[in-house]
Amino acid sequence: MSCSEGASERKVASAPAVTPADYHGTVAHVRRITPEQYQNTVHYIFGRDLEVGNPFAPLRRTDGLVAAGAASAGVTTGELQQLQRSASSIAAQVVDKGNIEQKTPSRRDFLVPCKPADPAVADDACAAKFISQTSRLLYRRPLPDARVTELVATAHKGTTDLKDFYAGLGTVLEGMLIDPKVLLIADVVEPDPAHPGKQRLDAYSLASRLSFFLWNAAPDDALLKAAEKGDLFDAKKRAKIVEMMIASPRLEDGVRAFFDDMFGFEDFANLAKDPTAYPMMTGAVIKDAREQTLRTIVEHLLVEKKDYRDLYTTRSTFMSPALATVYQVPTKPGWVPYEFPKDSPRVGLLTQISFLALGAHPARSSPTYRGKALREKMLCQKVPAPPANVDFSALENPAASHRTQRDRVDFHLQNPVCAGCHKITDPMGLVLENFDGAGRFRTTEKGAVIDVTGTLDGKNVDGPAQLGQAMHDHPALTSCLVRRLYSYGTGGPLTRGDNPAIEALNKAFGETGYRVPDLLRMIANSDAFYEVIATPVEQKSADAGAAQSAAAH
Amino acid sequence: MMDLNRRRVLRGMLGGSAVTVGLPLLNVFLNGNGTALADGAPLPVRFGTWAWGLGMDEAIFVPKTLGKDYDLPEEIASLKDVKQHINLYTQFNGFRDAAPNLCHKTGWVIARAGIAPMNQTDYPGETIDISVAKKIGTSTRFQHLTATATGNVRDSFSYENANSQTIADWSPIQFYAKIFGEDFQDPNAAVFKPNPRAMVRKSVLTGVMDSAKDLQQIVGADDKARLDQYFTGLRDLERQFDQQLTKPEPRAACVAGKAPKDEPAAGLDYTLVGKRHRMMTDLLVMALACDQTRVFNMAYSQSAAATSKQGYDKPHHTASHEEPVDQKLGYQPNTSWFIKQSMIEWAYFVEAFTKFKEGDGALIDNVLIYATTDQALARIHSIENQPMFTAGRAGGKVKTGYHLKGDGTPGTRLGLTCMKVMGLDVSNWGTQSNGTAKEIGEILV
Repeated sequence: MSCSEGASERKVASAPAVTPADYHGTVAHVRRITPEQYQNTVHYIFGRDLEVGNPFAPLRRTDGLVAAGAASAGVTTGELQQLQRSASSIAAQVVDKGNIEQKTPSRRDFLVPCKPADPAVADDACAAKFISQTSRLLYRRPLPDARVTELVATAHKGTTDLKDFYAGLGTVLEGMLIDPKVLLIADVVEPDPAHPGKQRLDAYSLASRLSFFLWNAAPDDALLKAAEKGDLFDAKKRAKIVEMMIASPRLEDGVRAFFDDMFGFEDFANLAKDPTAYPMMTGAVIKDAREQTLRTIVEHLLVEKKDYRDLYTTRSTFMSPALATVYQVPTKPGWVPYEFPKDSPRVGLLTQISFLALGAHPARSSPTYRGKALREKMLCQKVPAPPANVDFSALENPAASHRTQRDRVDFHLQNPVCAGCHKITDPMGLVLENFDGAGRFRTTEKGAVIDVTGTLDGKNVDGPAQLGQAMHDHPALTSCLVRRLYSYGTGGPLTRGDNPAIEALNKAFGETGYRVPDLLRMIANSDAFYEVIATPVEQKSADAGAAQSAAAH
Repeated sequence: MMDLNRRRVLRGMLGGSAVTVGLPLLNVFLNGNGTALADGAPLPVRFGTWAWGLGMDEAIFVPKTLGKDYDLPEEIASLKDVKQHINLYTQFNGFRDAAPNLCHKTGWVIARAGIAPMNQTDYPGETIDISVAKKIGTSTRFQHLTATATGNVRDSFSYENANSQTIADWSPIQFYAKIFGEDFQDPNAAVFKPNPRAMVRKSVLTGVMDSAKDLQQIVGADDKARLDQYFTGLRDLERQFDQQLTKPEPRAACVAGKAPKDEPAAGLDYTLVGKRHRMMTDLLVMALACDQTRVFNMAYSQSAAATSKQGYDKPHHTASHEEPVDQKLGYQPNTSWFIKQSMIEWAYFVEAFTKFKEGDGALIDNVLIYATTDQALARIHSIENQPMFTAGRAGGKVKTGYHLKGDGTPGTRLGLTCMKVMGLDVSNWGTQSNGTAKEIGEILV
């Protein structure tokens, strides 16, 4: 959907404006596009049925986000080779003439906006049309005419050499798909006429920042047009555009991508359980566990627009037949809304299989992993790494007296060397011991009744429902979300200079009743979001901006 | 196993046998002595790495004797059939100096990059495989191939620099497609047909290069280095397109075989990891036989190995910390069992190189493989006396079949030795206490 769709019937939200008095702007970044952003962009331009693959090297999780690691990632030699192979495949699909027998569509008929008179002969006008349209979306800004002319000439030569117009065009598309200006999202900076002495992102970079933040994809045609017209520098118009973007179904892609990153769901790719211990943990269950949490988040935050904190106390979720075998509840085919009953121990995200199974060993639960995940992923707290020289011999088991995980980890809490860190993780992790390593409910372990009392930062809790409530009430829960979202939106790790904006957003988020769409809106509309302090991509003057921008992109 | 093996029995190697009877490089491909290619170029020497996690239990890993006829304690008993092709190095040390001992990181980073990292999130900088690839990897289609048996793209011990981890190929099906898919040119094909798209693609790269130059002119200093890295990749791509226009040298042992149809499901059960390891190994060795690369990396496990076995509730790493020492045996039996599995796979890896005939010997004669781990005794995260191996004779430059001890000298001596053997112009390697200018001369011919 373009950002113009649905705009007319929605009002600009009345979320408080966030203009911290002492902000310093954000750091300008050159970040490598993520695999999901690349795929979403290709899918937007050419259709969701295109196979893109994942030709990218993994990013380093930085300050709690994989996306923040993009600000320091390079493109390796091997990676570029894989990208070229992927680009070749994408280009071949785009210009594919189709095959009736194999039931593959003739994509060229609808993805190339014109037809050459003779498909074996160059048609510069048609090539120019395709290249101009496609490059604008891929490069996230229009290419200078001279560059388009060069690409048309390359397509002409390719057509002549290969005797095939579409093959010539395809090789030019391959080149665009591996161009560093496509793979690296460079913040282009220019002087801010509204704030003399300060700098801002140029309009296209701001469009990209907004789009990757809210949609996890490159700007669409309408957003680029808005950038072209300068609308993004008009506060009222920008607010309206942001509102349209938030109203778009593509917001769901963005929100899913953010929480997938924040909650470390990339670990699902390699999650497997011991089939002896957990025979019901099939690949379908693992896949659906991730999906269940993301569906719960989207429904709760975007559809019902509820308080973010309530995600930790809600009994509402979605159920699939695969998951129902682990939750041991009746369900219907497909995904259906599901409400855990009042007497169910399932309360909030911490009791969903995604959190419980990721925070566990292949064949048993792990209070330590769960406590660590809760603190690091949801509260933005850092759990120190274990000391290297600890002798774990006193932890040896099985000891006859060690029947529950509490028995086993109790050693950590009694040993002063271990207790320093384990007191941070275990007391709340143990509260979730009613759920085994697969996330199944249990009340006993090896015949012993499981004790689910514990604490979270001074608050005593008894059972998962109270832990969920303690999380709900924890002040770090919401400030963590603000930090992560702001970092995600600005494309890199936070700096001290971001603190005033973060503080202002924390306050304003509370005033909205912790509604995430309001937080997204406030971040996207805040001056701090487009004012920048560093200048990795500089422009000499506002007047020269267009020319320089064109030269750079 | 996959079809590849059956094909190799027929065409190039004797699958599953310790006897080397693969088809020789045809005489027309070699000089009169069988020691060089027909055009006089010497048989290429390849460099590779292999990694396993969680070290060893010294009491049952380190041989009591040194030199040629060393004993094989139970953790390395599986190396019996490849003993003559490997060297074992013990009592070499990693030094952290003022850096913290980062669990499951400090040890392998010292071994692969010669430095003690300061924190868990730091990338190590250029690893040894990349240094060697820059020297010897520029004439083949892939500068290096990097694979993991864990199924996780992140489990790579190879880094181009402090910002960039090398992608680990983890899927045998995708690995086959990458090496032997559409762009593969069979060096033994009767007719050479240069790919006409290669020339067009190369001309497209000119524009991409210009675009990168535009960007480089206006980014900040920190990001220029990232663009320099991109330029390096672009030039390598250009070189590859050139190569596609050139008829490759025949390689008699090269038989691409059929693509695997199935691959192990996700998971770290040792059976899955082992199967994945063998499939990736077979593909990797065939890639070498086809001269698609001369530098390679294989990771059997990640550093804090999470390999598991059905019915035992602790993965390897957890077991290393929580399993009691069996008082009768004197070691942790399950933890040791995992190490033994690693060594079984190391033996498989080495043996795979013995099965390809090359010249008057086998591929193992023309490789040097450097195998490292992340700890000595994982239970206490010790990095002193981390065991290391090499395999292969590096074109006759390295003696094999020895157990050598380092008497507490830097383990980086072995990395330095490897680089020198591979022709790198380095006089020393490593930083601070890990810095060394002293190679391990005992293994050099």
